Amino acid sequence: MTAKTFEPISARQAPVSTEGPIAWVRINLFGDITTGLMTLIVLAGLLLVLPQFFSWAVFRAAWLPDYDACRVDGVGACWGVVAEKYRIIIFGRYPYEDQWRPLLATSVMLAMLVGSCTRAFWKAWLIPAWIVVLAFFFAVMYGGFAGLEKVETDRWGGLPLTIMLSTLSMMMAFPIAMVIALGRRSSLPAIRTACTIYVELIRGVPLISVLFMASFMFPLFMPAGVSIDVLVRVIIGITLFAAAYMAEVIRGGLQAIPKGQIEAAATLGLSYWQTQYKIVLPQALAMVVPSIMNNFISLFKDTSLVTIVSLYELTGALGLALNSDANWRPFKIEGYLFIALIYFAFCFSMSRYSIWVEKQVNKGKAR
Amino acid sequence: MAEPIIVFDKLNKWYGNNFHVLRDIDLSVAQGERIVICGPSGSGKSTLIRCINRLEEHQEGRLVVDGVELTDDVKAVDDVRKKVGMVFQQFNLFPHLTVLENLTLSPMWVGKMPKKEADAKAMAQLERVRIAEQAGKYPLQLSGGQQQRVAIARALCLTPKIMLFDEPTSALDPEMIKEVLDVMVEMADQGITMLCVTHEMGFAKAVADRVIFMDQGQIVEQNNPHDFFNNPQNERSKDFLSKILGH
Repeated sequence: MTAKTFEPISARQAPVSTEGPIAWVRINLFGDITTGLMTLIVLAGLLLVLPQFFSWAVFRAAWLPDYDACRVDGVGACWGVVAEKYRIIIFGRYPYEDQWRPLLATSVMLAMLVGSCTRAFWKAWLIPAWIVVLAFFFAVMYGGFAGLEKVETDRWGGLPLTIMLSTLSMMMAFPIAMVIALGRRSSLPAIRTACTIYVELIRGVPLISVLFMASFMFPLFMPAGVSIDVLVRVIIGITLFAAAYMAEVIRGGLQAIPKGQIEAAATLGLSYWQTQYKIVLPQALAMVVPSIMNNFISLFKDTSLVTIVSLYELTGALGLALNSDANWRPFKIEGYLFIALIYFAFCFSMSRYSIWVEKQVNKGKAR
Repeated sequence: MAEPIIVFDKLNKWYGNNFHVLRDIDLSVAQGERIVICGPSGSGKSTLIRCINRLEEHQEGRLVVDGVELTDDVKAVDDVRKKVGMVFQQFNLFPHLTVLENLTLSPMWVGKMPKKEADAKAMAQLERVRIAEQAGKYPLQLSGGQQQRVAIARALCLTPKIMLFDEPTSALDPEMIKEVLDVMVEMADQGITMLCVTHEMGFAKAVADRVIFMDQGQIVEQNNPHDFFNNPQNERSKDFLSKILGH
């Protein structure tokens, strides 16, 4: 008897394709009756809304800074308002002819921010470099030297103020939050109680009232003749507020660290601070990256509340630009859409960056 | 016999007010002695060895480790921890550090050793537990047996006089237990004082100088392995042995 020869079965294509755009649409949009129905409903909704929006925002829009053209019947969005007012919206009350200074200062700070987000910058010189950048920012903004006219802080405004407020408060709130979070888990009752009171007090009031107190009530308690700039007080207020929230997020991360990690560190002879610095915090912070970024994003938008104490950051500057000008006041929606776009650009970058950071810190978990 | 390296003197410990977990423990361990501690769960075995490096505090009695009495004095505790290595049931490796970084952490931060020297020392220990090729990986990328061997190497990096093992093989898949026990047997040949909480009776027979049986916070019986396994003196230990050696 002869041995059987091996006859390989030739490869065939899968009967139903699962790759490519057509397959994607079939699987994800019309997978079964319910999904198919939902897809159709959503499509119908979009068809109802989108054409009108685009007709208003693009096809019937007036693009030139001419408010008479905007008032003609049938004209849609009036983007001329942005073209006309963008300098005030972006820079607030900062003296018109000196607006190159906030532009320069903010560009340098933004460049430093973007740099700091990359691995190459995570070195010991990052902190002194930031001190230099911040000093540069304040010097250029404030002036009073080398022929630069002095510009008091109450005239600072717009996007530079938004960026500076959020950057500074984030950078200061983060270390404070770490200390508070560790303090709430301290074995010393006095420290634990103090940290708990801090968190509960600050969380118990709205940011607006913190700002209000920082701006109007705080000076009443200062000795006569001593005054701290309102901008500084507001920065401290936002920082303390953000730190309380962030501390709770970090504490959540700390609690997720197994006790065995701390015991292992103890048996290796590590001190309390060494254990926190090398073992606990790196793991705890890695776990809460998405929540911390959540805090940062909401902090960035919360800076718009400083308008209440007469600091005109981006949102406040928009009001400033339009409220005082009867010709352009009717076109607030367009103005708000413009600054919404700016806010979105920043927040979206932050959330994308957060995803990258998560990947970086979770390397040990990759199998 | 030389001066004992560990002495428990009428040691008592409670969890809270009512749970009397260690009762009148008297025990002295000679330098280089290898002790296996067994007993039912909840009998206080782990608590007993965790007192030695003060992961647990006792309320009554004295505990002296290599001439240092363990008290609230932080310096004494630091002193003792430098001499005592510990291996846990759950390994407790640091997942965010590589294997090599796990080993060099303590020599560099506590012992102030330069990185190069610490690396060399760590690699030597990894060779010893036959896992040097995994030095650059993260703990979670290794099997359980490999992780436990890394944990042993990490403890050895302190050059400890005493090694504590808290059920080192209980969390392992059966086919990985042997590779860990092999490493421990080799260590036993090198004169280090070992206290090991385990139910691996084969290991106890092979390396232990003394087997201690605990129940309800007390030392019920202690003897050399041969006599303990073949001729237990106490009803309670007889019963326990018949259950774990039953099949």
